[in-house]
Amino acid sequence: MSDLPLIQADRAVPPPAATTSTGGRRRRLRLLSRTDRVVITLMVLVPLLLVTGFVWLPAAATVLLSGTNWDGIGPLNEIEFIGARNYSDVVNIYPPFVPAIQHNLLWLAALFVVATPFGMFLAVLLDKELRGSRFYQTALYLPVVLSLALIGFVWQLLYSRDQGLINAVFGSNIDWYGDSSVNIWAVMIASGWRHVGYIMLLYLAGLKGVDPSLREAAAVDGASESRTFFRVVFPVLRPINIIVLVVTVIESLRAFDLVWVVNKGRNGLELISALVTQNVVGEASRIGFGSALATIMLVVSLVFITIYLATVLRENRQ
Amino acid sequence: MSTATVTRRTEGGAEGPTRRKLTPLRLLLHGFLIAVALIWLFPIAWAVLTSLRSYEYTAANGYVSLGGWTLDNYVTAWQTAEFGKHFLNSVYITVPAVLLTLFLASCVAFVIARFSWKLNLVLLGIFTAANLLPQQALLIPLFRMFTEVPLPEFMSDSELLYDSYWGLILINVAFQCGFCVFVLSNYMKALPRDLYEAAMVDGASIWRQYWQVTMPLCRPALAALATLEVTWIYNEFFWATVLMRTGDKFPVTSSLNNLRGEFFTDNNLVSAGSVLVAIPTLVIFFMLQRHFVRGLTLGASKG
Repeated sequence: MSDLPLIQADRAVPPPAATTSTGGRRRRLRLLSRTDRVVITLMVLVPLLLVTGFVWLPAAATVLLSGTNWDGIGPLNEIEFIGARNYSDVVNIYPPFVPAIQHNLLWLAALFVVATPFGMFLAVLLDKELRGSRFYQTALYLPVVLSLALIGFVWQLLYSRDQGLINAVFGSNIDWYGDSSVNIWAVMIASGWRHVGYIMLLYLAGLKGVDPSLREAAAVDGASESRTFFRVVFPVLRPINIIVLVVTVIESLRAFDLVWVVNKGRNGLELISALVTQNVVGEASRIGFGSALATIMLVVSLVFITIYLATVLRENRQ
Repeated sequence: MSTATVTRRTEGGAEGPTRRKLTPLRLLLHGFLIAVALIWLFPIAWAVLTSLRSYEYTAANGYVSLGGWTLDNYVTAWQTAEFGKHFLNSVYITVPAVLLTLFLASCVAFVIARFSWKLNLVLLGIFTAANLLPQQALLIPLFRMFTEVPLPEFMSDSELLYDSYWGLILINVAFQCGFCVFVLSNYMKALPRDLYEAAMVDGASIWRQYWQVTMPLCRPALAALATLEVTWIYNEFFWATVLMRTGDKFPVTSSLNNLRGEFFTDNNLVSAGSVLVAIPTLVIFFMLQRHFVRGLTLGASKG
């Protein structure tokens, strides 16, 4: 999914603080007419209800359901609480669970160790106002505008066993998407292809916001370029670094579309998100399992979302 | 600022040493970047290339060859996959969803930026975080909810929120609002506050301040967000996959999955289909690149 706020990029440049005085609050409220107050309430309430009803309540319901034995079909009043049994079942008697956790971690590691640093590295190179920089940037973030589902199809042209380019060039006979010992790597390369451009863009915007006088000062002091980057620029970009880290974690948790178009997350491509979906819309609907898995995802992502919010909101207030 | 640096550097370079010394390094750098850029473009270029060749030719000569140029794949893909219908479905979902997202998000952002209530930060947090939750984690209750909420027949022939355009529009709006609230509230906070003082003196209501003062000034931000949101909602795959049932109603990105079977044996068709699906986003990207990049880096320019 591409809908992570990439915007944090701009956090490197603190926006001009809003000139407000908390003391004027009461006075200001009284200045508002009745209609104004109704309008303000509606302006906030309608979107808030939508987000609460479609995002936050379902999230809370997921957590609640994970402690019940609901089958997803029966009436809601027959729900029984069964404590942590779903969780122990998931861990003990659900074979795809362990591979899914492993794949999610592997996915995270691949993005974190390879794709993210590579994107950052490219951003640092492209920040040098090179000739042709526009072309390089465009080429790198072109994949960002494609959906992950579509990327699955585009890479099939390279990966397919009988008609794929890789096998044609190397004379191999591997089903890159189908063979459960390699397919996770194949989809991770495809997803990394997109992730690099995304991180490059985020980081480049952050770099552009770094006060040039910092670098000039370092240059005057005779610091080498790499030294300047690691000792001066990188620490200044701390908020962006945190955001890039969070974006990477959340992207790897949400990885779904790609494995779903390849084989619906089976046979070597198990991911938590795919297991949740299989348990709801698949042939065997096991709501308890699904909710327990979904809750695990929620908890992990909420940890990182909190870090993210703390970072951007702090930047925001400055 | 950059012009000054450039001039200074050229002047220094006239004598030679610093500029000369850098040249091999710079060449290496360009070589590296060109290589990376070409590798990055390759999968897309390959898809376009494959889509333009006939299956018979590539089956006989292999894919590492040249020849067999044809546009037939596009015709066949368009017809078998009924792309016309699916593109229209995407329009039905994307256009209202983007407009509604921008409208609702700008309302909230306006209140957050215009007033300095303590709750504003909480509000901002609620919206921004909602955009980051993994969608799959919400699926179970949402699925049940969608199959329970009735809609009148003139709105959806399923008579439910499930399997209706309305449901997809709402879920997309709810999910995308957070991002737009975050961007717009930042943008609006940077607008001069005297505007509102002046508007208040003129006796303008809150609604007029929002609609006639703030919104026109936010046009650049709205254009950038609209570009991004069109791309994202068009690219949205998950919700339509799980909250739709009737194949005819799928938007184009989610319909991809149903094509797998039909296209499976013919990569040239797959590539033609992929290119067709990519065209709207690529057109947006190349025509509105300025807005697209701006949306992603908004704020950096306003400092």
